Amino acid sequence: MKPALLKELQYITGKEYLFTDIEDRMTYSYDAAVLDPKIPCAVVMPGTDEELGKIVLLCNENNIPITVRGSGTNLSGGTIPEEKGIVLLTRRLNNIIEINEQDMYAVVQPGVVTAALAKAVEKIGLFYPPDPGSQAVSTLGGNVAENAGGLRGLKYGVTKDYIMGINFFDATGEYIKSGSKTVKCATGYNIAGLMAGSEGTLGIISEITLKLIPCPTCRTSMVAAYNSIEKASETVAAIIAGRIVPATLEILDNFTIRAVEDYSRAGLPVDAAALLLIEVDGHPAVVEEEGARVVTLCETMGASNIKVAANDQERDRIWSARRSALSALAKLKPTLVLEDATVPRSRIPDMVKALQQIAKDFQISIGTFGHAGDGNLHPTILTDKRDKKEWHRVELAIEQIFDKALEMGGTLSGEHGIGIAKVPFLKKETGFSSIEFSKRLRRALDPNGILNPGKITGV
Amino acid sequence: MTNMDELAIFVKELEEQLVICIRCGLCQSVCPLFEQTGKEADVARGKLALLNGLMTRLFSDPDGVNKRLNKCLLCGSCAANCPSGVNVLEIFFKARTILTGYKGLSPVKKIIFKQALSNPKTFNTLMAWAGKFQKLLVKSNKTIQGTSCARFVSPLLFSRHFIPLANKPFHKSLTALKPGSTVSGIRVALFTGCLIDKILPNIAHASVKVLQHCNVNLIIPETQGCCGIPALASGDRKTFNTLLAHHAKLLQKQKFDYLVTACATCTSTIKKLWPSLYQGNENSLKKYLDNLSKKTMDINQFLVDVMHIGPYKTHEDDNSSETVTYHDPCHLKKSLGICVQPRQVITASGKYLKEMEDADKCCGMGGSFNLSHYDISTKIGKLKQKSIVETNCSTVASGCPACIMQISDMLSKTGSSIQVKHPIELYADSLL
Ligand SMILES: Cc1cc2nc3c(=O)[nH]c(=O)nc-3n(C[C@H](O)[C@H](O)[C@H](O)COP(=O)(O)OP(=O)(O)OC[C@H]3O[C@@H](n4cnc5c(N)ncnc54)[C@H](O)[C@@H]3O)c2cc1C
Ligand code: SF4
Ligand code: SF4
Repeated sequence: MKPALLKELQYITGKEYLFTDIEDRMTYSYDAAVLDPKIPCAVVMPGTDEELGKIVLLCNENNIPITVRGSGTNLSGGTIPEEKGIVLLTRRLNNIIEINEQDMYAVVQPGVVTAALAKAVEKIGLFYPPDPGSQAVSTLGGNVAENAGGLRGLKYGVTKDYIMGINFFDATGEYIKSGSKTVKCATGYNIAGLMAGSEGTLGIISEITLKLIPCPTCRTSMVAAYNSIEKASETVAAIIAGRIVPATLEILDNFTIRAVEDYSRAGLPVDAAALLLIEVDGHPAVVEEEGARVVTLCETMGASNIKVAANDQERDRIWSARRSALSALAKLKPTLVLEDATVPRSRIPDMVKALQQIAKDFQISIGTFGHAGDGNLHPTILTDKRDKKEWHRVELAIEQIFDKALEMGGTLSGEHGIGIAKVPFLKKETGFSSIEFSKRLRRALDPNGILNPGKITGV
Repeated sequence: MTNMDELAIFVKELEEQLVICIRCGLCQSVCPLFEQTGKEADVARGKLALLNGLMTRLFSDPDGVNKRLNKCLLCGSCAANCPSGVNVLEIFFKARTILTGYKGLSPVKKIIFKQALSNPKTFNTLMAWAGKFQKLLVKSNKTIQGTSCARFVSPLLFSRHFIPLANKPFHKSLTALKPGSTVSGIRVALFTGCLIDKILPNIAHASVKVLQHCNVNLIIPETQGCCGIPALASGDRKTFNTLLAHHAKLLQKQKFDYLVTACATCTSTIKKLWPSLYQGNENSLKKYLDNLSKKTMDINQFLVDVMHIGPYKTHEDDNSSETVTYHDPCHLKKSLGICVQPRQVITASGKYLKEMEDADKCCGMGGSFNLSHYDISTKIGKLKQKSIVETNCSTVASGCPACIMQISDMLSKTGSSIQVKHPIELYADSLL
């Protein structure tokens, strides 16, 4: 990058917030995806919208690619920058601008950490449901740009279901407002909706208005153990078919159960082939009735043991066991690939079977857990990337997982996004013309191709 | 082969430990340094990536990595929260050793570590000498925490309110100790630690009083010195090894059931780092260190788990119990998982325990981090001070002398009347 340009960047943010040393730049060359790093030529950390706008304008005039980065926890390479581009950090744009109790919305800057907002609204009895496993670190900007989900997707939906409005800078540095603070809004295109899952390729988000809902007053959690994973997955399909919508409906396979038990000694039945962890919430009367129906359903579908949490402590123990699934698996091998191919929920039993077959065929270890109720399983492949032969088998297995999911009418990604990792597979799902349409959209909105090039649609 | 190639080979020894990091970034949520700066190079994920960079020969010289690696509180918050179980601190200590071996120690550290610290006797003489002379340099603030600030503007001291060296270090009072009667039959060796010995000897006196009250057979091995952590943190593995060998030899001569310390940092160093970082190939010594690790205990844990100290007995002249809040030292809670026992010691002292917000958040001291990055250390410390003040307590207790110094600095600057104590001091005071 030309020294004159660096000087201009420095002029905008101040010296303290422009990083040009190789040691600093290299720490923005990766994210949580298992991909090769790329080192950007500069990193900036603007402190205001005004600075943000100026940076975009400057980069557009000089054809410098920009990759926005929240906390860099995405699992698809969405924040791996271009070598001739810059990384723009949203870390300092982290104010909760407004929490409106009466109209039940919150206005935030993109760098606010998900859990910080959840905590702030909970204090006044409101609820922001999307809770990705990374919520203690992930930013709301990153959540919007990846359309992140979480454990409560089944009943409460994902990030896009809470977006009321988004203000952003487009590629030319213009400030665009979209959506509103009203429950309904039919004013023009749903541009805010388009920003969900846009992975930094359509604009740089600077303000988000999010819908809040009242906290559920009552909830009950339970664990059902099965001696075959088929029975467990059939129960999932049966609960959905029974028109019950639990807040959370998660599955753990035997591999994951054993890993969690080794790790946390939570008292899980290690000989169970699968566990379902279920929570229903809402009005006390409804919770009681639905809870009882779920128990009966689990029994008739062949659960060998059902335990309903008697108090908050027992409830917490159930969910901390679920939350430690990834940690427990991560400890087993150096490299962990967390997939999230998703199928229509009635196909969960087929998908579970397919995953077991794939693990066998390619001789790799796959631990499967995840949001069974959403059809969003997380087959987690444990390997060591340095073992070239095994890594090759892993790559083939991943492709096979995608193929199976698509065959069942599913999708490549339930919540982790396309980024760089899944670009080569996109065509399989959407077909050529959808990709072309997206490319034309990008070209029209970003003529110089500066917004996170290479992501989603490829180059 | 260039020097950087050679360095890459050394760093490669860490590869098996480095690959465990899955780059999930969850350490960002707990790193007190990252909270202040928001820079990836300040958090574990970034630092581990930098070490990876050294291994793959990404850099033309190691200075930049060295600088960033040293900017760390070594608080272990990242490791305690890491889903993948990366042994972050051990990696950092080893990497600091490699880089220091490559670059050499700074001249000042060389003198302190090689000539003073590694020989407990010299160190004691030197500190006694410094203790006498510091009166010329510092004036007393007359604050309740007993801190002093720089009389002359000194580039090293800034505006620190530090606790001065004690007039009489603990080891000087050793001969005056009466041997305890041995009703309980338990033999306890006390490891004092530098900070307690030289700056906060009251904690050692309180420990002795309490242990004698418990009727244990107390031994305080003479010529004990520093546990080695300051040297290790600066990458001076040689001095660390010398200290380790010295203490192993000293302790092997004694017979005891428990090695008890009132310093969280010493406890975690002896328990975790002595065995894991011992480099020699003497099998018997390795075994001894593993065994010693099992026998080593934080004093609060000893009182609660071994002595089963009972609940507080109210005295007649009690009117209302004093409110005390407790700060979890990183080296006790995050490193050793000890957080219940110190609280029990406080309540057993007849105090009312009121929890502060984020009691287990690092106070920002981080050993020499406080010297090299006083500004950030202060910012982190102020968060702690705020949580303490919000409890309306009259005393804040903590199980680590380093935390006590940092918290004293923070409180004293705001003219607060809150006292800073070790739980053992509170317990000792409660004994009639
Ligand atoms: C342990 C772990 C658990 C996880 N669990 C879940 C889960 O349960 N559900 C789930 O959905 N995901 C999960 N994830 C993935 C990840 O945390 C989410 O994708 C999250 O939304 C990313 O947030 P971030 O702040 O880290 O964004 P980043 O990774 O920094 O960025 C993600 C994308 O958003 C773009 N972006 C960021 N900020 C802006 C902005 N202001 N304007 C425009 N574009 C922007 C970036 O360019 C990038 O393309 C998990 C990840 C980990 C490591
Ligand atoms: S939490 Fe652990 S595995 Fe995750 S990035 Fe930090 S050090 Fe690496
Ligand atoms: S040891 Fe503490 S300061 Fe250092 S990286 Fe880990 S959490 Fe951050």
